[in-house]
Amino acid sequence: MAQRNMIHALNSAMDIMLGRDPSVVVLGEDVGYFGGVFRCTDGLQRKYGEHRVLDTPIAEGGIIAAAIGMAVNGLRPVAEIQFADYIYPGYDQIVSELARLRYRSAGEFYAPVTVRTPCGGGIRGGQTHSQSPEALFAHVAGLKVVMPSNPYDAKGLLIASIEDDDPVIFFEPKRIYNGPFDGEPDKPAVPWSAHPKGEVPDGHYTVPIGKAEIARSGSDLTIVTYGTMVHVSEATARNLGLDAEIIDVRTMVPLDTDTICRSVARTGRCVIVHEATRFAGFGAELSATIQEECFWNLQAPIARVAGWDTPYPHAFEWEYFPGQARVAKALKSVMEAS
Amino acid sequence: MSPKSRLHVPKTPARPGEAPDFSYLELSPAGAVKRPETGARIRDIQGLAETLVRVLDDTHQAIGPWNPRLDPAELQVALRHMLLTRVFDDRMQRIQRSGKISFYMRSLGEEAVSVAMAMALRPGDMLFPSYRNQGLYVARGRPIVDLMCQLLSNTRDMCKGRQLPVMYHWREGRIFSISGNLATQFPQAVGWAMAAAIKGQDDIAASWLGEGASAEADFHHALLFASVYKAPVILNVVNNQWAISTFQGHAGGERRSFAARGPGYGIAGVRVDGNDFLAVHAVTQWAAERARTGHGPTLIEHVTYRAAAHSTSDDPARYRPKDDYRDWPLGDPVDRLKGHLIALGEWSEERHLALIAELEAHIAASWKEAVSYGTLTEPPRLDPHLMFEDVFKEMPPHLQRQDADLRAELERS
Repeated sequence: MAQRNMIHALNSAMDIMLGRDPSVVVLGEDVGYFGGVFRCTDGLQRKYGEHRVLDTPIAEGGIIAAAIGMAVNGLRPVAEIQFADYIYPGYDQIVSELARLRYRSAGEFYAPVTVRTPCGGGIRGGQTHSQSPEALFAHVAGLKVVMPSNPYDAKGLLIASIEDDDPVIFFEPKRIYNGPFDGEPDKPAVPWSAHPKGEVPDGHYTVPIGKAEIARSGSDLTIVTYGTMVHVSEATARNLGLDAEIIDVRTMVPLDTDTICRSVARTGRCVIVHEATRFAGFGAELSATIQEECFWNLQAPIARVAGWDTPYPHAFEWEYFPGQARVAKALKSVMEAS
Repeated sequence: MSPKSRLHVPKTPARPGEAPDFSYLELSPAGAVKRPETGARIRDIQGLAETLVRVLDDTHQAIGPWNPRLDPAELQVALRHMLLTRVFDDRMQRIQRSGKISFYMRSLGEEAVSVAMAMALRPGDMLFPSYRNQGLYVARGRPIVDLMCQLLSNTRDMCKGRQLPVMYHWREGRIFSISGNLATQFPQAVGWAMAAAIKGQDDIAASWLGEGASAEADFHHALLFASVYKAPVILNVVNNQWAISTFQGHAGGERRSFAARGPGYGIAGVRVDGNDFLAVHAVTQWAAERARTGHGPTLIEHVTYRAAAHSTSDDPARYRPKDDYRDWPLGDPVDRLKGHLIALGEWSEERHLALIAELEAHIAASWKEAVSYGTLTEPPRLDPHLMFEDVFKEMPPHLQRQDADLRAELERS
């Protein structure tokens, strides 16, 4: 057991899988010699060689396509797309090919590719380094979609993703790579070493895909959230003195509706929080599902907190980001409803 | 007045009502192109991307350094594969017109490309076809009845009713699933070949697309990745001159050959007479040896002609001269191989007609068997429950619920 930030946890996951399974390869822009712009693959090429950890040309469509072909030939590629904002040149290969290969070939061919990509804002990245496009992938039949909120889950979910025979789009909220973030940018950064989920075992373990986690038990209301917003939501509820139950979704597809709906049925109140844009965002799916399953238990309308429906603006980062003020407003309105 | 830039629109040589015009084609005489060593440097063989490798001359003789010197028995097998492909296509076209299948795409005039390449490659080599490569299936021996069942989306459909007709796959025969989206298989083949090199396999990959689809970014990704990693892959542009109604000039063919894009990426480029079985076979052998011996990828442009419509949904009379295939300067691949075998004294008109009759009978019998497993509209039908399988390896809860909902819906109706 060791204290690890999310970068070290992800690195450990890939290190373990490269070591255990000779079919695992890592590929992407700057992932080899340099170890990735966020350092997630640091040291892996030195340890496993240039045939296992490959620097690629700047061509996301080519990276995904090559990974598919490698997977069809028995490898288990982990492709890094440097920023989720850069994933769109590879979107056709993901949506039309990776997601449907098993289906269209009736199971004869499949491609166990894991696509890792840093997402989310709060790092002064402007509109091309801050996006949260998880809904664009959750909407596609045939993809598993994962977003961890802490180092322990990041490692366990990444190992589970690499071992999974289905394609997984693995989003890494980069604002919390180095420490949990409560939504207050002016406060000193908190390292993961101060957080229980910064305790990461050295060896192999998995966190199951398709299982949400109750990040905090409570009885006043249920907050359904994921990624960076788990921490923003926790801090907001704490500051308001609310006994919130916080569900960390962790996997958008397949969605653990049982854990979510059991909680909402018990508390009768629900706020959904994500960083991505609101309109047709993943929160809409959550809201609709909870309404269908828990309507007779609800004591208040379900509220959604999200980024505004604009591109992510550089100069107005903290006015855009759904921080504690926006979350608090939603929590209060849901608590105040009769 | 200084000259001004004017938007150039590529010229289509002949439209309906005009005489066919193939004067734009750059041809080389049979036997004229040198055959370099397979390990030759790109800079020393750039000419291969501009000339046209041809083996069969106008008198049906095989001449020059690219003559693969195949055994007559092997040529007879090739002729059989090409004819079976053609007879199958012809019958399926007519069956589509009768309404029994929803869609079909013939490979008329392009049979040599698939058959020669499949025969020149090894059984372990992995093929990533486009939608007009049915000759690969024929040459690798997939029973025609299996292809028909796919066309019918019936109870023996390899795709379990999920794909348009002709989007076959065959894991055991090492032929990859046809997407239906264009060019996506090209960089995937490169990835497969990269994995082969990583694993130290002796097998290589090959992929095909039309000259029209070479406009997609996937084409460029494929060439770039193949070049960067020296992937053991053969990338084929089947230049059949037409992308539905759009002439090859609109894909960039007016400026330079498609094969010439190879050297631009540091890849060997070879332009070959795609209607010359022997030339395609020889060029494939050359490229395969090059790939297998660590000299990297080859881009082959097969100069051929789409003699038939793009698909059963297309009517070429609206955009090109009627019967222009008769004027195609490179002739017909079946006629040319037949003529060569006759010139060798290894074939005759009588044997040819007898073979066609035999293949037609085989196709008729296969069809009879295929429809006994159902059609798109007649029982037995596939269980609609199958639509929920293979989305994922294991069916997740939301699909289990939808599957149950559909069952209830079907029981009520």
